[in-house]
Amino acid sequence: MTSTMDSRIVAVNGPLVTVETVKAQEVMMNEVAYVLCNDVFLKSEIIRIRGRLVDMQVFENTVGLKVGDRVDFTGSLLSASLGPGILGQIYDGLQNPLSKLENDQGYFLRRGQYISSLNEDRRWEFTPSVKPGDTVRAGYYLGSVPEGIFEHHILTPLALQGAWEVVDINQQGAYTVTDRIATLKNREGVEVPIKMAQQWPVKLPVRAYKERLLPDRQLLTQCRLIDIFFPLAEGGTACIPGPFGAGKTVLQQIVSRYAEADIVIIVACGERAGEVVETIRELPLLEDPRTGKSLMDRTVIICNTSSMPVAAREASIYTGVTLGEYYRQIGLKVLLLADSTSRWAQALRESSARLEEIPGEEAFPAYLESRIAALYERAGVVRLYDDSTGSLTLIGNVSPAGGNFEEPVTQNTLKVVSAFYGLSRTRSDRRRYPAIDPLISWSLYLKQMKESLCERHPEWVSWVEETQNLFIQGNEIHQMMLVVGEEGVGIDDFVTYLKSEMVDVVCLQQDSYDAVDRATGRDRQISDFTLLIRMVHHRFDFETKGEARQEMTHLQNLFFQMKYCLFQGVEYMKYRTEIESILRKE
Amino acid sequence: MIIEYSRITQIQGDIISVIASGVQYSELAVVKSHMKTSLAQVIRLRGDEVFLQVFAGTRGVATGDQVRFLGHPMQVPFGDALLGRIFNGSGYPIDGGPELKVLPRLEINGPSVNPVMRVIPRGFIETRVPMIDMFNPLVESQKLPIFAAAGEPYNELLARIGICADADIVILGGIGLKHDEYLKFRRAFEESGISSRTIMFVHTASDPVVERLLVPDLALAVAEQFGVKGKRVLVLLTDMTAFADAMKEIAISMDQVPSNLGYPGSLYSDLASRYEKAVDFEGAGSITILAVTTMPGDDVTHPVPDNTGYITEGQFYLKKGVIEPFGSLSRLKQLVIGKVTRQDHGHIMNSMIRLFAKGREVEQKLAMGFERTADDERYLRYGKLFYERFMDLKVNMGLDEALDLGWYTLAECFRPDEVGIKQELIDKHWPRA
Ligand SMILES: Nc1ncnc2c1ncn2[C@@H]1O[C@H](COP(=O)(O)OP(=O)(O)OP(=O)(O)O)[C@@H](O)[C@H]1O
Ligand SMILES: [Mg+2]
Repeated sequence: MTSTMDSRIVAVNGPLVTVETVKAQEVMMNEVAYVLCNDVFLKSEIIRIRGRLVDMQVFENTVGLKVGDRVDFTGSLLSASLGPGILGQIYDGLQNPLSKLENDQGYFLRRGQYISSLNEDRRWEFTPSVKPGDTVRAGYYLGSVPEGIFEHHILTPLALQGAWEVVDINQQGAYTVTDRIATLKNREGVEVPIKMAQQWPVKLPVRAYKERLLPDRQLLTQCRLIDIFFPLAEGGTACIPGPFGAGKTVLQQIVSRYAEADIVIIVACGERAGEVVETIRELPLLEDPRTGKSLMDRTVIICNTSSMPVAAREASIYTGVTLGEYYRQIGLKVLLLADSTSRWAQALRESSARLEEIPGEEAFPAYLESRIAALYERAGVVRLYDDSTGSLTLIGNVSPAGGNFEEPVTQNTLKVVSAFYGLSRTRSDRRRYPAIDPLISWSLYLKQMKESLCERHPEWVSWVEETQNLFIQGNEIHQMMLVVGEEGVGIDDFVTYLKSEMVDVVCLQQDSYDAVDRATGRDRQISDFTLLIRMVHHRFDFETKGEARQEMTHLQNLFFQMKYCLFQGVEYMKYRTEIESILRKE
Repeated sequence: MIIEYSRITQIQGDIISVIASGVQYSELAVVKSHMKTSLAQVIRLRGDEVFLQVFAGTRGVATGDQVRFLGHPMQVPFGDALLGRIFNGSGYPIDGGPELKVLPRLEINGPSVNPVMRVIPRGFIETRVPMIDMFNPLVESQKLPIFAAAGEPYNELLARIGICADADIVILGGIGLKHDEYLKFRRAFEESGISSRTIMFVHTASDPVVERLLVPDLALAVAEQFGVKGKRVLVLLTDMTAFADAMKEIAISMDQVPSNLGYPGSLYSDLASRYEKAVDFEGAGSITILAVTTMPGDDVTHPVPDNTGYITEGQFYLKKGVIEPFGSLSRLKQLVIGKVTRQDHGHIMNSMIRLFAKGREVEQKLAMGFERTADDERYLRYGKLFYERFMDLKVNMGLDEALDLGWYTLAECFRPDEVGIKQELIDKHWPRA
């Protein structure tokens, strides 16, 4: 830390402080600084430089700061610590491990505590994969350590420029993240020592890979509505906007547990502490069916809840994305869930207002659009230097004011994501969960992944599109019936309506609290949807609407009961056989 | 170090600015004018200019008046001696009792609880209001607002819940409360004999606007300390819309760019930092917050109810004098239903609501002039009974009694195979003829 007595606070406005410094030509945008407040150093970040005046957002409560208080600049950008030992951690927005912080009165977060993000005492069993004389670049693998079920590749510094030669590399053995494991040298003869832990500035994307690929493989979430109708790709982007209480958080929670990703990063950004507590307390107790280990072992939680300092909330999403990019570099499938990006945008708005910038729509700053775009652009599938691939998939919740999607955060997000899961108040009020509205939602991946989706069945994508049309028709008929009554529509239309209702009830709706229904694997999706599409295609011959209602209710009940039965169990087969026999009739 | 200044350079709205040095952000000051003495809080420092919001308002303040800085942020006395007492929005007793000078003092607006020190809530709070206990139970440590249009009996409901709920301590924060309402709360607490475990912080409508801002913080700081000491505290806040409006006034006086209908962009964070004080402490007590949010124009998309809905764990809609079953939601209910409460609770709750929804549909259908069937009659009858027995706020009954009455009501109107409840429960609970 380059300490200087030449930098002093001249103004305090909430979390924004203005500093006058003679070193203004040396300080950098997004550099970290510490403000000294009665013996406690408070971490801050530079967000504007004007002449000798530097504006900084303080990541802590600024109570007690005075004009004239001392400020130290660090010379480094706001960064995340990367290395083995991140999995299973619960961090705050600045990557401090929450369980290691000392609490005032046993419970309260004390300001000014910064603890190293990685356990520096733990030894990891390192196996080298390069030898002296090898040439490496940023993001190359030097060796690996086992972390949980993964082979955690140890990367050269991601910030390395150009080609470097391995001068020496440690033998197989146990090392801490701060031990030197190798030395690299460049053409000019400059040598750098390498450790397993490295730093990366959170606001810059990591680009140490061969190329970006078009996302064309599905990331299974085990949520039928998503996987069948609006599928998500590995390395893709999606948003979930919805009014309060429509089910955004519950949906993300369920996806965080059952999605077929290697690693899940949960960013609780400006939302309720209680919800994070549920995740923190329950995840360790749940088993990951694919590994038999605790789900927590593949999860990282970053937690800046709504009463925690606003500036750190802005940083928290970047911290999460950076950790995600890091694990992607290791060749893993990473899923990042952010709840809620609106709170992040509001944090931007609050600091913009304090900077007295010219406000845009709803007082959001004019750069909101580019910040949102840049964030989602950090997702993607990449080909790494060893030709393996890694992906980072990003799903952001959006909390539009008044539940109205015509607001800046939703609109700017929709411009950049490739899948949109819009939750509707009508569906959540009717307890149709997940309340994703099939009439407004879309996924560009349905076409983009057509080839791999049709491995399920050659007709798969056309079936899906056909069913989407059924929803549209069913809704039109329903609207009509509200005006003219059941009497007013013909029997064919009536049956179409009943079919769309049936698909809704037995396929779209999925009970997050039921042990069987809450997650549907790939095989079951294929099997059940193939049966359901036979129902959609079936020409029912009903004389009267009464008969139609009765028969369809019966059939619907069979499908309904079936979805709560274990896949291919005795009960399941019983219902399935009965359904098949009905659908064989002409 | 206490410094006095007498150079007020500017008075705008309820904000004054003073030339001073060595002043801390958020520290408290006393502004003494010849009319009155008021507390003020530093809300911005700019060079040697210090901006303060004056809690008693700036009316009567002159630029020559004295400002004395106290060297610490807002504090509130804390101790068992608070029980049974009534304070104003600046924390001074208004019940004629002694000032609590000897008690230790707490800083308000303290830091957040470390999320890893919270536990998943498990306690059911019985209110004896069936629409709450049975359909959207209140859970210990929950934060829940009552959404209501002006004129709804929300304060009666709040007082009633405060009295019935099994809490160690009840703290009322009155924000912009009509004086009559304040007296009614006081009387209700006295008559029910719970005064000795209540504390009231009351800002009435005739008090200065800025003082409103302090009430939730005072009430919650005290609640938090009792919670740490193992008490189960229920905090009642009415009306949080008045609190938000005070925020708006300050923001406008500070020339902040409003984000929506004049409210500052920080409204969400400002409300959340209060509501998030609701907590179940690992190994200690808890804080439950029941608040009132009046909806201007009965519009739930208005920024105050909207932001509140995004923060709290559900909401009760009070409409036409009853708690609406639709739209009301307790997001923590699944933590207690069938776990702490009776096994049949979840099933009868869902079934009754579904049938009531059907009843509403029938009403709408008939209102549009479609023909009435025998089935319709039954749904209408059920709807009427549901209203009388469960929705009417006059009903005062415990949960188990309400569950039994639920079964009885279903049996009066429907056959067992119509209610969509598992056979096993029907066998156990369906009233025999
Ligand atoms: N899939 C589901 N199955 C059953 N109930 C659900 C489901 N999704 C949501 N709910 C119900 O809706 C409530 C609110 O859901 P959730 O907390 O996810 O809303 P949200 O959209 O995140 O709201 P906010 O924007 O206020 O955070 C839950 O507490 C639960 O009662
Ligand atoms: Mg949520």
